[in-house]
Order: sequence, then structure tokens, then C-alpha cells
Amino acid sequence: MSHYCGIDVGASAAKLVLIDAGGKVVARALRRSGIAYAETAEACLAEALAGAGLSRDDVAHTASTGYGRHNIPWANDSSTEIACHGRGVFHHFPRALAVIDIGAQDNKVIHIDASGRRTHFKMNRKCAAGTGAFLEEIAYRMNLDVGELNRLAERSTKEASLGSFCTVFAATEILTRIRDGEKVEDIVKGAFRSVVKRVMEMDVIEGDLALSGGVVAHNPLLVKLIGETFGREPLVPPDPQFMGAFGAALFALEKSRKEAMPC
Amino acid sequence: MAVERRDFESNQAMRQVMGDYFVELTKGAENGKKTAWCTSVGPAELLLSMGYNVYFPENHGAMLGASRMATDLIPLANAQGYSPDICSYLTADIGSYLAKQSPFQKMKLPGPPKADVLVFNTNQCRDVKDWFQFYAREWDVPCIGIHSPRACGDLDLAMVDSVAKQIEQLIPTLEQVVGQKFDIDRLREVIKSSRRCTELWKQVLETAANVPSPISFFDETIQMGPAVVLRGQQSAIDYYELLLKELRQRVADGVAAVEGESFRIYWEGMPIWGKLKDLSTQFMQLKACVVASTYCNSWIFEALDPSDPFESMARAYSSIFICRSDDPKEAYIEEMVQKYKVNGILYHDAKTCPNNSNCRYQMPQRLQTRLGLPYMIVNGDLNDLRLYSDEQTRTNIEAFVEQLAEA
Ligand code: SF4
Repeated sequence: MSHYCGIDVGASAAKLVLIDAGGKVVARALRRSGIAYAETAEACLAEALAGAGLSRDDVAHTASTGYGRHNIPWANDSSTEIACHGRGVFHHFPRALAVIDIGAQDNKVIHIDASGRRTHFKMNRKCAAGTGAFLEEIAYRMNLDVGELNRLAERSTKEASLGSFCTVFAATEILTRIRDGEKVEDIVKGAFRSVVKRVMEMDVIEGDLALSGGVVAHNPLLVKLIGETFGREPLVPPDPQFMGAFGAALFALEKSRKEAMPC
Repeated sequence: MAVERRDFESNQAMRQVMGDYFVELTKGAENGKKTAWCTSVGPAELLLSMGYNVYFPENHGAMLGASRMATDLIPLANAQGYSPDICSYLTADIGSYLAKQSPFQKMKLPGPPKADVLVFNTNQCRDVKDWFQFYAREWDVPCIGIHSPRACGDLDLAMVDSVAKQIEQLIPTLEQVVGQKFDIDRLREVIKSSRRCTELWKQVLETAANVPSPISFFDETIQMGPAVVLRGQQSAIDYYELLLKELRQRVADGVAAVEGESFRIYWEGMPIWGKLKDLSTQFMQLKACVVASTYCNSWIFEALDPSDPFESMARAYSSIFICRSDDPKEAYIEEMVQKYKVNGILYHDAKTCPNNSNCRYQMPQRLQTRLGLPYMIVNGDLNDLRLYSDEQTRTNIEAFVEQLAEA
């Protein structure tokens, strides 16, 4: 019973992290969330346990997060992604900072003080602009694999500008750019820039900033562009896509310690 | 965890009072009464004093929202050229008229009463005038009203004078439609009754200053019915006396609207009518009570004074929160936050009602700095659930209460 589990069932992917009593990651698993969240979570757990050579009895406490957080029957606790991303990032960078989490369907800005306490957070408005879903739509419109976007954008020498808020309007703008003979890589870089602008509009971000979430994990160019826009290098924790699950695992560890404490 | 909202014993009486009102409305012509449509803070006292049945279409808009009929009806109005970006009370109501579908039918009533005259006050928005003009064209009846100052700081005499004069100027048309002479003494009586209703409604709301609160915003959005549609009538006074007694008993017995109340929240902006039950349940599960709101407080008209009918009506209608500038609005919220011992503020940014969405000009940030209280913003709408995300709102609220718990 010496391990702790965090499971983050997000809009697109389910991520699971197992940590030991020292907070060290011993195993991870990643799957598409699909439609049966509990089954996906179960499969993630089995995979992680097998990978670490552990059994279910070795897991003392599980905390869930993400949109599917209330659908995991074996989770002892649940917290929002906002709490978990904040907690996970603070573990790696214990200082006052703002965490920007770019997810598949929503973005969050989470402000944390020097003691790790959350002081404020913001979620994006009900719109896909600036999220992973935006990049997926753009890839689809341009007949590209979403996995190719970063490589393509890295090659860009002249960025095409996309001005629209709206994903559908941006897709129409892309048609105009294609008609104007702009290069695919320049258009993709423009789409990346559009994500950064949407994030920047969400909130005032002062001081250190850190990034988490799957979109950042797959698109290192975004990190660079965010750095350019904010005028400072963003901090990126290891495995940013797993930050929510990692934060949940840390909560599981803390909770289980608290419960073990004599009153 | 399933939690149930604690019902009020007075609810039965409220259903009766509201039911009688709706029946009377639909029997207006039969009973030889004329019907005036009136905006929520229009000159209802004047209309009542002249013998009109007074119908408030915004109440119908809210009923369309609460019954979740609105989202299906709004597109009908959109198709007629009323944009999805304008007031979704207006679009839901016009959609309801076009489809001949209304929550009235669930009460076995034919539908909202046809107007003999439509009387607006633009103190809340321009949409009400546009809304009423639609029906004026449909039925070829007069649409008259008051053009009020908006976004004002302090109310000055010139503004009050102008509104008072505009109210007086409504009288000739109203006399003509109703076939009856205006009687100032009757107006004084109605104002006195309206004032009493206001005092009682205020006392009802103020019981929420107790810890734990015996009532939540979600109860209040239902309990406010008589204050909205029956102000100036004895039945509203009788009802609030009853409710107040029950609330005082709850306070004496330590009965909380939210079992185990741990957080107290201020709701700024419109209710999300189609989600009241879901939101109420979520807040109860989180042990958070929404103890006060701008919205429910908006039906308090303390300036009403029978000894000075026109000027006091003008003052009362023009000093409401919605027609003020941000300075008095912020001062008001600050006072409420202190009075109700609030831990955090939730702003509802209602897509189709900029007039009731106060988070668009930096108010949350300014108040956070001044009061040191956390805030959150829900993006949604009063009626159009196409503009609302259940999942995102749920996470947003849960994360906010997590943050309050950390504080
Ligand atoms: S104030 Fe807002 S909700 Fe009320 S009628 Fe005007 S636009 Fe509609």
C-alpha cells in the first residue's frame, strides 16, 4: 500500500500516474478517453500497474480529475483539473507563478502564490478558439495530421496571420490564404500564433509562468511562441500532458497522509 | 451525493397567489378589464391605480426559461430577424407567440393576455421597447413609455424631473384606453401598498444575512414572483408576511437552506433559468450557499412615497442597480458583501443581456483588489441554453469552491 494514483480523464485523453511515497513517478499510462470513462481508467490502471510490477493492493489512495472525474468508481477523492494542474506544476516549480494549461477543449490560467495556494483562476469562454480543438480543426481543414503541425510550423519563414476569434472563421481565412498562395507551414504557424493570442487575452499574467497540458507537450513551438509573446521563457515541467494526473496523485498522497495522522 | 432543496411551507400559498393572478390575467376581457403590459420596473403602480390588469412579459420570459421551452422557441424569433445576440427573453417570448406555446398552457390557461396598451421603461435596456413594439404592430395597440437615464452616477433633480414628467404624460393615453379618469388618491394607495411589499421583500432577503442562511438565491428566484408581478396588491403583502414568519422560524431553529453551509457566495447577474435546479443542487453538494444577489435585490423600491407619487416613482425606477454606472454599482456590491458575509463573488456573463452582465468593464478585477475577495465568471445566458456549457460551468464552480476552501 505504498503507492498513490492520479487519474485525469480529460475531454480527449485519459492520463494516469502512479507515484511512490516520495512523490516520484513510477508508472504512467495514456489512452483516448473514449466514451466509457470507467473502463478507460481501468485499462490505464492495469497498464501502469503492470509496467511498474505492482498490484492493485499496492495503491493506497486514488484521486481523480478531468471531465470524467466523477465517473471513476474506485477513486477515493476527486478535484478539478484547475487544482491538479496547479498542484502538479507547483511541485516542480515551488514559487509564485501562473500556470497556463492548454487542453483539448479548454484553457485555464491558474495563479498560485509562493505557498502553493491558488489565488485566482480563469477558464476560457465557451469557445474552441485557442484550444487543442482549434488546432485539430485546422489540421483537418488542411488535410494534415495533427501530429505534423509542429514540424511544419518549425519550417515556416514567413508567418501567415489569422485574425478571427472564431474557429470556423479562421478556417475560412485559411482558404483565403491558400488561394493567395501562402505556404502550408506559414499558415500552420499562423494558427499556432492564434492559439497564443487567445491565451494571452484570457488574463493578466505577471511574473513566472509555466505551461502544462497535452497541446504543449506535442507542440514545442508553442512554448517558444508563448515565450516570445510574454517576453520571458515559460517553465515547462516534465511530461506536461500528465500534469493533471500527477497533481491528482500528489493530492492522493497528501490526503492519505492526513488520514493517517492521529487526531 | 443526492441532496434535496428544502421546500418552504409557504409554497402552497405562493402557488395559490400566483395561480390566481394568472387566471385573473387571462380573464381580463371577460371581466371587463383592460390589460396593460408593463416592463419589470415600469410604472406598474400607475397602471394598477387606473384599473388595469398588469402583465409583465419578462416574467413570462423567465417562465419560458425555467420550463426549458425557451431554447426551442428562440430560433423562431431569430428566423424573423431578431438576432440570437439580443435579449433572449424577447426572442423566447416572440418565439412563444409565433408557436402559440407557453407555460400558461401547463396551467390550463390559453396563453399570455393580449395587450390593450404596452407601457415600457427603458431604465433597464432598449430591448424592452423593441419587444413591446413588436406586439404593438401585431395588435395595433398603443405602445407608450418612459425613456430613462442610463449609466448614471448620482441621480440629479433634472433626471428625476424628466422621468416624473414622462410618467405623468402617460396618463391621457392610459385614460383613453381604459375609459376611466386617473385618480391621484388611488395612486397614493397603490404606492403605499407597493412600498409595503418592497419592505417585506427586503426583509425576506435580509434573513439571508444570518449564518447559516435560511434561504438561498435559488429559492429567492422563485419566491420573488409576487414582488415582481403583484407589487401594489394586498396579496403580495399577505404572502410575504407569511414567508417572513417561516424564515424567522427557520433562523430561530437554525435551519439552513444549505445543510452544513461552509461558503457564502454573491451572485451578480441574471439567473440561468433553465439550470436553477442543477446549479442549486451543485451548490448544496459543495456546501456553498448563494446568500445574496443583485438580481433579487432589484425589486426593492424604497424611494416610493405616497405623499409624492410621481417624483417618488421616478426616483424609485431610476435608482435601480441596472441603470447606474459602475461606481454606485460597486459601492452597492461592497455593501452587500459585508452585510451578507460573503466569501466570493460569482459573475454571470449572460450573452444576450449586456445590461445585466457587469463583468465586461473590469468590475470583477476592481472589486477583487478593493475587497480582497475571489471571483469567478460563468459564461452563459438567462434563457438561451445554446450559450451555456454544463460541463464547463460545473468545473468552474467546483474549482471556485475548492479555492475558497483553500483560502
Ligand atoms: S434587461 Fe436584459 S434580460 Fe431584461 S429585458 Fe433587457 S435585455 Fe432582456
